[in-house]
Amino acid sequence: MFESLREGLTTAFKTLRGKARLSESNMRDGLKLVEDSLLEADVSYDVVRDFMERVTAKALGERVLNALDPSQQVVAIVHEELIGLLGEADPSLHLNKDVNIVMMCGLQGSGKTTTCGKLARLLLENDVRPMLVAADLQRPAAIEQLHVIGRQLGVSVYSESGATDPVAVCRNAVAKARAESCRVVVLDTAGRLAIDRELMDQLAHIDRQVEPDQCYLVVDGMTGQDAVNSAKAFNEALELNGVIMTKLDGDARGGALLSVRHVTGVPIKFIGTGEHLDALEPFRPEGMAGRILGLGDIVALANEAQRLVDEKERIEYERKLQEGDFTLEDFRDQLEKIARPGLIQRIVGFLPGMDAMRGMLDSEDAAGGMRRLAGIVNAMTRAERTRPRIIDAGRRNRIARGAGVEPREVSELIQQFEGMKTVVEGMAGKDMRSRMQAFKELQESGLMNPGAVIQKVKKGTGKRLTSHEKAKLRQQREKELRRRRREERRR
Amino acid sequence: MSWFRKKASEPPDPPSGGSAEGEPAESPPKRGFFGLFRQGLKRTSDLLRTDIRDLFTRRQGQLVDEWLDDLYAILIKTDMGAGPAKEIREHVRTEFRGRVVELEQLIDEVKAKFRSLLDQESTSIRLAETGPTVILVVGVNGSGKTTSIAKLAQYFRRQGKKVVLGAGDTFRAAAVEQLTIWAEREGAEIVTGPPQGDPASVAHRAVAAAVERGADICVIDTAGRLQTQANLMDQLRKIHRVIAKQIADAPHETLLVLDATAGQNGISQAAGFSDAANCTGIVLAKLDGTAKGGVIIPIRQRFRLPVKFVGVGEKSSDLAVFDPSAFVDGLFSGPSE
Repeated sequence: MFESLREGLTTAFKTLRGKARLSESNMRDGLKLVEDSLLEADVSYDVVRDFMERVTAKALGERVLNALDPSQQVVAIVHEELIGLLGEADPSLHLNKDVNIVMMCGLQGSGKTTTCGKLARLLLENDVRPMLVAADLQRPAAIEQLHVIGRQLGVSVYSESGATDPVAVCRNAVAKARAESCRVVVLDTAGRLAIDRELMDQLAHIDRQVEPDQCYLVVDGMTGQDAVNSAKAFNEALELNGVIMTKLDGDARGGALLSVRHVTGVPIKFIGTGEHLDALEPFRPEGMAGRILGLGDIVALANEAQRLVDEKERIEYERKLQEGDFTLEDFRDQLEKIARPGLIQRIVGFLPGMDAMRGMLDSEDAAGGMRRLAGIVNAMTRAERTRPRIIDAGRRNRIARGAGVEPREVSELIQQFEGMKTVVEGMAGKDMRSRMQAFKELQESGLMNPGAVIQKVKKGTGKRLTSHEKAKLRQQREKELRRRRREERRR
Repeated sequence: MSWFRKKASEPPDPPSGGSAEGEPAESPPKRGFFGLFRQGLKRTSDLLRTDIRDLFTRRQGQLVDEWLDDLYAILIKTDMGAGPAKEIREHVRTEFRGRVVELEQLIDEVKAKFRSLLDQESTSIRLAETGPTVILVVGVNGSGKTTSIAKLAQYFRRQGKKVVLGAGDTFRAAAVEQLTIWAEREGAEIVTGPPQGDPASVAHRAVAAAVERGADICVIDTAGRLQTQANLMDQLRKIHRVIAKQIADAPHETLLVLDATAGQNGISQAAGFSDAANCTGIVLAKLDGTAKGGVIIPIRQRFRLPVKFVGVGEKSSDLAVFDPSAFVDGLFSGPSE
């Protein structure tokens, strides 16, 4: 997410870096690049101009130009201003009634229905019973779509077949939710164009008649300059309480987030980071600003980790590790937990300086690799899983056939597991500091292989290079580097 | 700067419905696709044109550089991207620096520039010489694929062609139902598969059904996907392969449905989908809103990908053949309110 904006800003800051003193003119050049990258990120033109004015005024101040590391100072200024622009965090749904009505609205195809499902899932996780209401009577099969999502989540869905009045549907739904003691009613309204007066009036009508407690605008993360127009129209018609931005898991630059926030002034509530129903994150401006600038977001990482493994499981794993009971089966269970599509890239995005890794894990290949490993474990007998030592050549071939992999991969898995086991068991029960140390050792030993990429062993040829040959190789490397930089610039 | 004051004193005369351009465009919008096209672009053009004219009435004798920046802002707001917008700004700067300009002249200049950028060979659908013409439809989530397919179905049905649809979006809940409803309304046959089933198998069966029943057109839907999802892009490659195995030069068209509200990510979409599915054209959907769809300009520049159709409304009849000249005229001199 936000890679492109981040890349642009990184380039901009690179031109500032390494200069002992910044003059006003080269600072202005650097800031021009910041402006361009914000525009290329689809941030609305007016917002960019506003933003750049403030950043420029600060960046050209005495303190920055004379600072020891001016580029760091500029990063800090941009970071601070971004946080200011993104506004305060407020992921609460303000559920202070017996039945709370949440209305979702947005343009066609912005992802309202999917987001309704994600919101319902989030509520379930927090032990709140939601009810989904199919108030989209326009799009063919929208009602059916909501029912399918409801079935997937085990959430009740209210709909009336053949209904033509969304207000009546919403009212009846609220009454039913009261009877069934559902605490939150999520209204999935029809998508519309902001300029379609008639449909906009209908939406305002629902707003007046059903009196939702919260009204959220769902915005497509890929939206361009038009985000300002539509957000403004919805805000004027409906008094929005928050914004949810979707489809931020691709390479969309998400600059519309800044525009929408600027126009509506309401908090960004959540961001959607995947098409699976668990991919909805509470929005935190610090984290987002950090992500945009490539500073990482550790809080989001910790939250995600906590969601994956609950406390009970964690204690169980800990015990197993301490007693040396950690088997291939546990290894597989953990792999399966993290081998969900999209998850790994998401997690890597939280970590500072992991952009290089992201390229490696780009695509869902990593998750696929992990599933392969899990498949190998599945092809083993119980005895083999608990005591991998007994796996001989015959067993190895059988497992490989069963899992549809090369026998070599089976050996590699076992090797990896054994190596990891030693280190991980060493970590168990220790404090954070020694854990990090152990983790580092694991990484350095090359035993940790997050992408589960089959490693090719590079063999030395035993031949030593003459200094002339070395120089030639160095030249080639530099040439390649220059070529790559050129291409980057061209992009 | 004196020319500017002179210019500002006399109100710029409103351009009369595009006729100044020598285009045969009457003020009462023509019926049919061309008329539809204009109608859809009306709001877009109103917005853009007001902006350009504001530029002249608002600015009174100020620096040329300053209003070039304003022109730049207006161009940026079309979503054409900073690069092409700069190109146009510089073009206008060199052409008009220090000269007395008239509104018409400037607009004509920018229009000509737009036109040369959008200049494309042909927008018509490539039909198969014998047997059914297979059209694969791809795009990101929520771009408007299914609705566009319904519109395509109607477009071909009105030409008296027999249409088979393949409900290849087996992922999104109720996508199959949505297309089935459209198929019934448009009088097209539909081939479906089980939810979460293999979309390539649906594509295979749809093409087989089209051949067997002697259909003229076979349109295949796919699930929305982001161009960064490598495994899903591989799935597209597979669908493409499966279709090509049945009919040698199929799919005859692979259309990328692009949301007109999309910003610069549209470029990445065009790149990603062209790479995986070998796109042959674009359907620019949702052009009836306030969004201007300017991102097709850099896409055209980089990938030579032509826009074939535009979606200009919610009804299945709201599809128009893309006309670059009308697109540009519509941007600057559509019928005013």
